[in-house]
Amino acid sequence: MSERIGVFVCHCGTNISSVVDVEQVAKDAGGWDNVTVAMDYKYMCSDPGQELIQSKIKEHNLTRVVVAACSPRMHGPTFKKTLERVGVNGYLMEMANIREQCAWTSDPGELATEKATALTRAAVKRVNFHQPIKESEVSVNKATLVVGAGIAGIQTALQIASAGYPVYLVEKEAYIGGHMAQFDKTFPTMDCSACVLTPKMVDVNQDPNIDLFTNSQVVGVEGYVGNFKVKVRTEPRYVNLKTCTGCGDCVSACVMKDRIPSEFDEGLGKRSAIYIPFPQAVPLKAVVDKESCLFLAKGKCKQTCIEACQVNAINFQEEEKFTELEVGSIVLATGYKLFDPSIGPQWGYGLYDNVITGIQFERLANASGPTGGKLVLKDGSQPQRVAIMHCIGSRDENYYAHCSRVCCMSSVKFAHQIKEKTGAEVYEFYIDMRCFGKQYEEFYNRVQEEGVQFIRGKGSEVVEVDGQLTVRAEDTLLGVFREIPVDMVILNNALIPQEDSDQVASLFGLCSGEDGFFLEAHIKLAPVNTAVDGVFLAGCCQSPKDIPDTVAQASAAAAQALSAIALGKVKLSPVRAAVEASRCSGCMSCVNICPYGAVGFDKEQKVSVINQALCKGCGTCGAACPTGAITTSHFTREQIMAQIEGVCAQ
Amino acid sequence: MSKKKDFEPLIVGFLCNWCSYTGADLAGTARIKYPTSIKIVRVMCTGMVDPSYVVKAFKEGADGVLISGCHPGECHYVEGNVKTMRREPLLANLLEQLGIERERFKLMWASASEGEKFAKAVQEMTDILKPMGPLNLGGGKKIG
Ligand code: FES
Repeated sequence: MSERIGVFVCHCGTNISSVVDVEQVAKDAGGWDNVTVAMDYKYMCSDPGQELIQSKIKEHNLTRVVVAACSPRMHGPTFKKTLERVGVNGYLMEMANIREQCAWTSDPGELATEKATALTRAAVKRVNFHQPIKESEVSVNKATLVVGAGIAGIQTALQIASAGYPVYLVEKEAYIGGHMAQFDKTFPTMDCSACVLTPKMVDVNQDPNIDLFTNSQVVGVEGYVGNFKVKVRTEPRYVNLKTCTGCGDCVSACVMKDRIPSEFDEGLGKRSAIYIPFPQAVPLKAVVDKESCLFLAKGKCKQTCIEACQVNAINFQEEEKFTELEVGSIVLATGYKLFDPSIGPQWGYGLYDNVITGIQFERLANASGPTGGKLVLKDGSQPQRVAIMHCIGSRDENYYAHCSRVCCMSSVKFAHQIKEKTGAEVYEFYIDMRCFGKQYEEFYNRVQEEGVQFIRGKGSEVVEVDGQLTVRAEDTLLGVFREIPVDMVILNNALIPQEDSDQVASLFGLCSGEDGFFLEAHIKLAPVNTAVDGVFLAGCCQSPKDIPDTVAQASAAAAQALSAIALGKVKLSPVRAAVEASRCSGCMSCVNICPYGAVGFDKEQKVSVINQALCKGCGTCGAACPTGAITTSHFTREQIMAQIEGVCAQ
Repeated sequence: MSKKKDFEPLIVGFLCNWCSYTGADLAGTARIKYPTSIKIVRVMCTGMVDPSYVVKAFKEGADGVLISGCHPGECHYVEGNVKTMRREPLLANLLEQLGIERERFKLMWASASEGEKFAKAVQEMTDILKPMGPLNLGGGKKIG
């Protein structure tokens, strides 16, 4: 029995029709084998468009559908549902990608129309061989793994936990809070960062649904959506998390006291080898830095900390621990790293004392920072003139092309704080001001009125002229070259991907974008999803963003995990390989080639067998099979061969 | 019009769903223009591309075949692309024996963010194939 195929060609407004003669494509399609009806329409994905398809299915009793429109990655799921709503299996539909892979990449004219026709013809030929497929469902484990406990991870974890479901929150540092814990104030409201963040950190610690793993990293991921198995490695803290009271006695007893540069204070303050980085730290427990601890590094120390501890919480014998977790969804909130400006000597960072980074400024301005919130130069005096340089390492083809998105506003914030604290002259060097968020422009205007000088032009150089720190820049508004003597320079450096982001991406099976940040499944339709079902993104690991956007995205990721939990089950991709036993010669080529160990061998029957639960549907075994005994569903040999015939036919 | 149309090569592209197909979509979203010569067939992974698919494409009249997948180490299925990489020299050899010049078959890697790289590759391959003219297999004899 031959199929009855309906072909629906979309104009996509004028997106496709301004390049491709869509009416011609539909007209041609009407003459092809098995095509019962072919038509074009302005917006196939709209309600009336979908209804048109549905009414034609009923009217002509269509058995197969081809939609020539955008990428199947865009509206494949939409049209699949269109069919399902009228009782036709969604896999009996095929899309021809004539927008992203034709109209948008071609000049208008005959060639574009020919290409669109070829792609549509290939889809028609292919769809003849489609089979109805029933998607299998699996149950969803109700626990969620959140990786990274900065503001993004914290928000996601709290949201899921507040719905009553368990969360494993894994943080590689000994404390949670991420960069936000280091900030002093947040723009544009200027409320203190700690006032927003610390209550949330405390909530994380107290929520019975959240299991916090600090000093920990994910080292293994197996399984699939709904049922992941994750392995977590926890580095020794050398301090018992249960018994330590966070009193700090060990910290002041440590022989290395005030001798180690504090990471939390960005090297501006000092700490001990056993330490608590800041008074509001969560968990409020000491940690031993094994590199700087004399006992752990050299084996020689009086161990004054052990003496000082009244609850015997310190244990130098502690070893690394591994924990296996089972979760249904994974949210990655691994954050960002800051660009190191010492890479470019033109900025003077590391060369001159009073050239600091934005995050160092945050620590200086912070009341619990190394200067108690006093804004001072290295010699302890107050600066009279301060330069703030935007876009250090970002929007710069020599370093990172992307915009870091937060620097304009944090620079404005710095200027306001400097004015408030010292009354110094402030010069901002910017390429252009990006004040796009809610109340941002208003904040910028306010600070301008405070007398801050905004100079349009990227600061090109920081030098010392006769012992005087000087910024050189081209003022592109005045068209002059300027040299401005200052006491302090703040480099607002770029937000860039974490050092280990490539390893993390491959561990979880993600892709990275050109800028190195993790790639979302679709920038608009699925901004927190990834190429891996059940793995979601939150915060700056996807791209730089400010705190409001981070919190919003983190909540979105939580909602994704919660919707899978609420449904209790997820559909698995039905693309799987299977062996046709009668054609299998038992050569076992497929057994060794499978990356998942999904192909076994039946010794009695002397044929290969594929474990459907392990198979992920890559089809590599099928290509290796010399007898064509292996078929991958929805990507069968007949289907692909027909598609090839379709694109090649003239 | 009396002037005969310029020869436009036909390239069949096998692109894996996760990297290169997404990258090709990106080229579209970014409105990067490249020749219409390429007609893309989506596969889940380059590892899925049976050598007979390539032969079939040439048999059906393709002047070139391009396989594009994830960079080594980034395959969505761990190492399907590595399998393809191993297959490539063998297949290229076989094709040459059939009289299909080496330039007509290309394997490349393009990630989901490398729309521009993909577009460039299509342009280059088209530029190479144009002067070569249509594939002429054994004086019109059928293969396969
Ligand atoms: S999924 Fe892209 S090459 Fe395997």
